Amino acid sequence: MDLYEYQGKQLFSRFGIPVSDGQVVDTPEEAREAAERLGAPVMVKAQVLTGGRGKAGGIKGPASPDEAEAHARAILGMDINGHVARRVWLERASDIEREYYCSITFDRGAKKTLVMLTTAGGIDIEEVASETPERIARVHVDPLTGFQPFHARRLCYAAGIPAEEMRQAADILARAYRAYVETDAMLVEINPLIVTPGGELRALDSKYTVDDNALYKHPDIAAMRDLEALDEQERMARERGVTYVKLDGTVGIIGNGAGLVMSTLDVVAGAGGTPANFLDVGGGAQADEIVTAMEVLLSDSKVRAVLFNVFGGITRCDEVARGVLTALERLDVEVPIVVRLDGTNDVEGRAILAEAAPPNLHVAETMLGAAEQVVALAGAS
Amino acid sequence: MAILVGADTRLVVQGITGREGSFHATRNRDYGTDVVAGVTPGKAGQEVNGIPVFDTVADAVRERGANTAMVFVPPRFAADAIYEAVDSGVGTVICITEGIPAHDMLQLYPYVRARGATLLGPNCPGALSPGAANVGIIPAQVFGHGRIGLVSRSGTLTYQIGKELADAGLGNSTIVGIGGDPIVGLSFIDVLERFEADPETDLVVMVGEIGGDEEEKAAAYIGEHMSTPVVAYIAGFQAPPGKTMGHAGAIISGSAGTAQAKKEALEGRGVRVGRSPTEAAQLAAEAFAQLG
Repeated sequence: MDLYEYQGKQLFSRFGIPVSDGQVVDTPEEAREAAERLGAPVMVKAQVLTGGRGKAGGIKGPASPDEAEAHARAILGMDINGHVARRVWLERASDIEREYYCSITFDRGAKKTLVMLTTAGGIDIEEVASETPERIARVHVDPLTGFQPFHARRLCYAAGIPAEEMRQAADILARAYRAYVETDAMLVEINPLIVTPGGELRALDSKYTVDDNALYKHPDIAAMRDLEALDEQERMARERGVTYVKLDGTVGIIGNGAGLVMSTLDVVAGAGGTPANFLDVGGGAQADEIVTAMEVLLSDSKVRAVLFNVFGGITRCDEVARGVLTALERLDVEVPIVVRLDGTNDVEGRAILAEAAPPNLHVAETMLGAAEQVVALAGAS
Repeated sequence: MAILVGADTRLVVQGITGREGSFHATRNRDYGTDVVAGVTPGKAGQEVNGIPVFDTVADAVRERGANTAMVFVPPRFAADAIYEAVDSGVGTVICITEGIPAHDMLQLYPYVRARGATLLGPNCPGALSPGAANVGIIPAQVFGHGRIGLVSRSGTLTYQIGKELADAGLGNSTIVGIGGDPIVGLSFIDVLERFEADPETDLVVMVGEIGGDEEEKAAAYIGEHMSTPVVAYIAGFQAPPGKTMGHAGAIISGSAGTAQAKKEALEGRGVRVGRSPTEAAQLAAEAFAQLG
C-alpha cells in the first residue's frame, strides 16, 4: 500500500525523522486557515500517489495565506498523470542549501535490505543513478545485525557527507531503518533530504510503501488506505477481493492468476483486439467471485465481448462454469462471452456449460482460439 | 533424476489437516509422491486419508524419514513452519502459502541459506517431476514426462505453457514455479543452474513476466554459464505502465522492468522469446528437434 506524502511524514514524525510543520486540508478555505496557523510562507502540495507532481503544476509556493487559498483552489481537482488531487498538504517553506537522497528498500536479487544515500538528490536522481552510479553509496543490511552505526558511517563517508552533518545524517538513516522494519515497509524514500542554510537536515518529501500482507499487524496504517482514490469499478473490485485494472479497449478479460491474465491481454492484442481491462479472480475462486468479477467488468460500458480464460490448478473449472452461468442469470448480460477452461475439473466444467448452452456463450478449445474468437465477436457486435 | 523433487522425495506436509492441505497432500500422494507424514500441532496420532499426522516436523523426520517439506499453513504462521522444517533437518522446503509478510521472508532467508537448505516459494505452485513426484498444486494431468525443464514465476501461466508443450508433443523433466513474492527462496538463476547440471534435462523453457530484473539477470547467467539451450516467454506487453513509487527500485536494477526490456535482454544473449505461449512452445519444439 502506497502512502501519501502527508501520511509518510506522519510516520516520519512518529519515528523522530525531522519534517517541516504542516497540515493536510481538502478545501481552499482550510488552506488559508492552515497557512495562517503555520504563520510563515507555505508550500502548497498536491497529494497524489504518483511522481512528477512538480512538473505538472501540483506544487506551488512559497505562499501567503491569500495565495495559499488560491493555489489550493487551483490544485484541488487537478488531474496529475491520471490521479485527481483531492487533498493538499501545506507546510512551512524551507530554505534549501543542498538536496540529498536516501532510501531503504528490498534488493530482490540479493534478498537483503539495501540502504542508499547520495548528496546528489532531487528530481534528477535516476539520471544520477545511470550516469554517475558511483555517487550513490549503497549498503546491504543483514537482518541478524540490523542497521548498526557502522552502516551509517560507511554510507556517509562513501557519499561524501560533510563531517559537520554526519551525526544528523546517521541519525536520520537509523530512524528511517527503524520505521522500515517496524512498519513492515517495502520502501522508505526521502527525496530530497534537504540541508538548510543553517546546516539542518530535514525530509522535504516522502515515498512510503507498506507491505499489504503485513497490514494485519498495523491497523493504524491499514486505516490510511484511501478507497476514494480508486475509480468506481476498482473500488468495487477491491471491496470484493478481485484485482481489476481498467484499460481502454473493448474486450473484457477475466482469468485466474496475474501471469495468465497478462498473457491473455497480450494474446488478445496479438489477435488484433484491444483489452478493456485486467481482471484476476485469484486462486481458488468460487462461483460468487466469478459473478462479482463479471459485474465489475460489465460496469464498463465500452466492453463489447468478454473472454474467460481459466486454467484450473487450485481453482476448479466446474466452480467457474457455475459462476459464469449464475452471472448470466443474475446480470443482464447482452455481450457475447467466450469461455476457455482447462486444468482441474475442466471436463466437468465444460459439460456444465454445454448442458445449459445459453445463446451468447461460446466455448473455445484453446487460448489462442479463444482470443481470435472474442476479437471477432467484439468487432462484429 | 530430474530436479528438486523425484523418486527419492519423502514428503511431510505441514498444515495437512486444513482444507487445502488435506486436498493437495492426498492428490500428491495419489499421483505417486511418497507422502510419508503430515504435521498439525495437537493432532498427532490422527490420519489424513491414510497419511499419519505428527505434532512436530522433528517427529516426522525421526519416525518417517521425511526429507522434503510442503508448507500449507496460513500466512501468519508460515515463517515459523519454514524455520521448524529447516531446524528439523529437512533439506528441501516448498512453501505454497500466499500472503506471507515480506519482512518475515527477509529475516528467514539467511537462516535457510546458512543451514544449507533449499527453499522454493513462498506463494508458488510447487514442483512436479512427471512420473516421479508432484509436490504442490500443479495440475499433473496437463504435463507429460520428457526432457524439457520448465521454470516460471507464475502459477497458471506455467500450466498454460505446459499444456502448449504437451500439445506440441513435448514432455517435461521438472516443472518449477518459483513464486512472485518480493523475497523468494530459489530464483531463476538457482533453478537454471540445477537444470544445467541435470542429465535428464536437454532444453529449458523460462517463463517470466514484467517487474523486477530477475529475467535480465537470468539472461546474463544463460549467456555466461549455460550450454543447455533456453527458450523464453515473457508476459505483460499490454500491461498498463505501473505507477512505481519512488526511484529506489529503478536505481537498484538499472532496468525498466518492462516486458520489452526483458525480451531484449534475453534475445541479446541468444535466447529466443515467443510472443504467445503457443509460439513459445513452437520455438521449444524447433529447438528440441535441432538437438537431434
